[in-house]
Amino acid sequence: MTPATAEPRAIRWLLVALAVLLLGAFLLLPLAAVFTEALRRGWGPVVAALADPDAQAAIRLTLLVAAIAVPVNTLGGLAGAWCIARFTFPGRALLLALIELPFSVSPVISGLVWVLLFGAHGWFGPWLQAHDVQIVFAVPGLVLATLFVTFPFVARTLIPLMQEQGRAAEEAAATLGASGWQSFWRVTLPQIRWALLSGVLLCNARAMGEFGAVSVVSGHIRGETNTMPLHVEILYNEYQFVGAFAVAALLALLALVTLAAKALLERLGARRGGMA
Amino acid sequence: MTLSSLSRRAVLGSALGGGVALAARAQGAGQLLNVSYDPTREFYREFNSLFAEQWKAKTGQGIRANASHGGSGRQARAVIDGLQADVVTLALAYDIDAIAERGLINADWQQRLPHNSSPYTSTIVFLVRKGNPKKLADWPDLLKPGVSIVTPNPKTSGGARWNYLAAWAWAVKKSSGGEQAARSFLTEMFRKVPVLDTGARGATTSFVQRGQGDVLLAWENEAHLAFAEFGADQFDIVYPGFSILAEPPVAVVDRNVDRRGTRAVAEAYLQALYTPEGQALAAKHFYRPRDEAALAAAGSRFPRIEMTTIDDPIFGGWKKAQATHFDDGGEFDRIYQPGR
Amino acid sequence: MKRPRRRDPLPGFGLSLGITLLWLGGLVLVPLLALLLRPLELGPLGFWHSVTEPRVLASLRLSFLGALAASAVNLPLGLLVAWVLVRYRFPGRRLLDGMVDLPFALPTAVAGLALTALYAPNGWLGAPLAALGVKVAYTPLGVALAMGFVGLPFVVRTVEPVLRDLPLEAEEAAATLGATRWQAWWRVVLPALAPALLAGFAMASARAIGEYGSVIFIAGNTPMWSEIAPLLIVVRLEQFDYAGAAAVGLAMLALSFLMLLGLSLMNRLWRRA
Repeated sequence: MTPATAEPRAIRWLLVALAVLLLGAFLLLPLAAVFTEALRRGWGPVVAALADPDAQAAIRLTLLVAAIAVPVNTLGGLAGAWCIARFTFPGRALLLALIELPFSVSPVISGLVWVLLFGAHGWFGPWLQAHDVQIVFAVPGLVLATLFVTFPFVARTLIPLMQEQGRAAEEAAATLGASGWQSFWRVTLPQIRWALLSGVLLCNARAMGEFGAVSVVSGHIRGETNTMPLHVEILYNEYQFVGAFAVAALLALLALVTLAAKALLERLGARRGGMA
Repeated sequence: MTLSSLSRRAVLGSALGGGVALAARAQGAGQLLNVSYDPTREFYREFNSLFAEQWKAKTGQGIRANASHGGSGRQARAVIDGLQADVVTLALAYDIDAIAERGLINADWQQRLPHNSSPYTSTIVFLVRKGNPKKLADWPDLLKPGVSIVTPNPKTSGGARWNYLAAWAWAVKKSSGGEQAARSFLTEMFRKVPVLDTGARGATTSFVQRGQGDVLLAWENEAHLAFAEFGADQFDIVYPGFSILAEPPVAVVDRNVDRRGTRAVAEAYLQALYTPEGQALAAKHFYRPRDEAALAAAGSRFPRIEMTTIDDPIFGGWKKAQATHFDDGGEFDRIYQPGR
Repeated sequence: MKRPRRRDPLPGFGLSLGITLLWLGGLVLVPLLALLLRPLELGPLGFWHSVTEPRVLASLRLSFLGALAASAVNLPLGLLVAWVLVRYRFPGRRLLDGMVDLPFALPTAVAGLALTALYAPNGWLGAPLAALGVKVAYTPLGVALAMGFVGLPFVVRTVEPVLRDLPLEAEEAAATLGATRWQAWWRVVLPALAPALLAGFAMASARAIGEYGSVIFIAGNTPMWSEIAPLLIVVRLEQFDYAGAAAVGLAMLALSFLMLLGLSLMNRLWRRA
C-alpha cells in the first residue's frame, strides 16, 4: 500500500477498533447471551435438555429435513448455474431474477404458499385427503418450506464464479473429445468445488435454522413435527428457559462450525485458485 | 463413469423416494393427537401418561397420546387445514365451532359431553408484582395513573378474549354507564398495554421474564403456574371482585377419528377428563374441576368470586360475541383504532 | 458467448435448463402462483379493502420503513467493516471476517431470543439503555434492530468484492493531484462503491422486510405500532382468513418488488452518470 492511498496509522487503528467494537456489540453479544443463558445453571440441565427424547427427535427431524432439502437444492443450483453461466438464451436475466426471488420472500409466505397448495382447503387438498396423503403438518411440508427458503443459496454462490471463469476450459475439453459428463466431473467440478461446498454449507445452515416458514407448516407435535428451532420455541413457552437456550446454543454452535468450515474452504479455494 | 452416474441417480432417487414415502406415512397406529391451546401444556403432559396407563389397563393396548400447543385460533386453523387431530381441547367454543362449520366435527358436539363439553373451567385473575405495589384490587384500579397492563392480543389469543370479555362484563354490570362505559374503559385499558403478545404464554413470559408491566391479566391456572414456577416471592395473585367463567371445551374430531379408526380411544380420552382422576389432575394444575368432590378436595385453592358467563345476555354466546367484538371492524378494532 | 445451437460445443443446455425449470417451477413458481391467485377470491375491491385497512397499512409501513432505516444504518457500518477487512491487515482480521456471516448462519429464532434477552428492559444492554430512557425491546426500535442484525452481512458481502477489485491508481492519481486523503475518498472511492452499496442496501432491505423469526420475539407486536406485516399474515391465518393472509403476502411481495426495481433503476442511472 502506497502512503498516498493509506490513512494515517492512528486513523487506521481507530477504524479497526470501531469495526471490531460495533460488530462485537451487534453480533457477538447476542451469541454470548445465548451461551450464558444456557449455562446459567451449569452443564447438568443443558445435557438433560439435549438428551430429552423430544429434543432428540427434533434433532433427528432437523437432520432429515436438511438431508433432503440440501441435495435437491444443490442439484437444482448446479443445473441453474450451468445453463445461466455457460449459455446465453432469451429470458436468462429473468431466470436469474426468479432464482433469487425466494431471498426477498418473507419466510412466513414461504410457509403459507404450501398451505395454500396442499392444505385441506388448498388446490390439491381434497385430492390429497381422498388419497390419505399428508403433506402440510407432516414432514413433507417441512421439507417443502425448507426447500423454498434455501432455494437460491447454491445457485447464487456458483453463478458469479462460473460466469467469471467462462467456458473456455469446457470448450477445450469438448474439442478433445470429452463427453459432457466427463467434462463436468473432470473440468467444471474441480474448478468450482470450494465455492460449491461453501454454498452447500450456507444452504445447510439455513435449512437447519429456519423458523418462520416451518412454523407455518408444522403441526407443532412434540417428537413428530418439531424441528430444533420450533423445539426452542416450545421449551421457551414452557418456561424451560435453560432448556430453550441449551437447544439454541446447540444451533448456534452449528452456525459457528459452519462459519469455520466456510472460512477454511475459502482459504483452500484461494490457495488452489478454485474461487474468485 | 457408470458407477458414479449410478450413485448420482441413487442419491436423487432416494431423495425423491424418501419424500414420497414420508408423504404417504400418516400418523402411526397406537397414537392419539390432542390439539390444544397454550396454557394446558403441563396439564396434558401429565394427563397423557395417566390416560396411557388407564387405556393399557383397560384394553391391553399401548397408546401414545401426543399434544400440540399454540394459540387457540392458530390450532383450530391447523386442524381445519388438515392437521390430523383426534381430539381438540381449545380455549373457547368459537374455535371448535369454526372447525365444525367446515364439517370436521358434527354440529352437535357441545351436547355430547357433560357441562357443555367443558370438563374443567377457569377464570380471569390479576397477577401482580410481590406486595402488590400499585394496590390493584379490582378492575377500576387498572386505570390508575402509571399502571401498565400486560394482556395478549384478543385477535389471536383465546385467553385474551376472555380477559377482554371479563373487563367488558365488569364495566357493563358494575359501573353505571352501560356499553358506552365499557367501551371507554377498554379503550383506556388497552392504552396501558405495552406488549400485546400473540398468545397467553408469550404474555406471561413478557410479564414474568422480561419485567414488563405491573399486572398481567391471565388465566387463573396460568397465574398459579407462574406463581409456582418462578417463586411465590416474586408475585401475588389478585382475585378481582367480579370475573368471567371461562369454559374451555373439548371435542372429538369426527372426520379424523373415523378415517383413522381411533374413535373409541378418542372418546375414552375425553371421558377420562371427567373421571375423578382426571378431575383431580385438572385441579392439581389449577383448572377448576366440574366434579363437586374434586372441587371440595381442592379446598381454598379456588376462591369463589362472582362470575358471569359467555351466555349472559350482554354477550349472547360465542358466535355473537365474536362477531360484535373480535371480527374485523368489531368493537376491539374500534377500540384499538386510534393507535398511538 | 453465443446462442446455443445444435453446433454448440458445450453439451447439457437442454438438460440443465430442463432441470432448472422443473426445480424453479415446482418449488417457487407454482406455490407463488397460489399466492397470486388466492386473493382473487376477494375481488379487486375486496382486495383493496383488505390491504388498505389501517392496521395492515401500519404494519406495512413498519416493515418497510423499519427495513429501510435498518439498512440505512447498516450502510455506513457495512462499509466500515468491508473497508477494514479489505484494506487493513490486523490481528484477528480473519475472525472479524467470519463474524460478519454470523447472522446468515444463526437460526433466526435463536437470534430473536438472544436479542430479546439482551435488549429487554432487564437485559445486559436493555437495562443501561432503559436508565437513559431509551426503550429498545417491544418498540419499533427493537424491530429495526433485529432487521439490522439480519441485513448487515448483505451490505458487507456486496461491497467487499468491489472494494477488493478497486484499482489503487485512481486514489494515487487523486493524491498526486493534491487531493487530501479525505477528498480522494469522498470523490473517488465512494462514487466507485456507490452501485455496490446500493445493491447491498437493496438486498439487506429485501431480507429485512420479510424477516419473521428474529423480529417476532423483540417486537412486542402491538397493533398499529410495533406489529410487522409478516405477523399480520399469521394473525389473519389464525382468523381463518386465507384470502386476506394471501392478500397481505401479495402486497408485501409487490412492494418489495417495486422497491428492488426502483433501486436497480437508480443504480443504472448512477452508472450511466
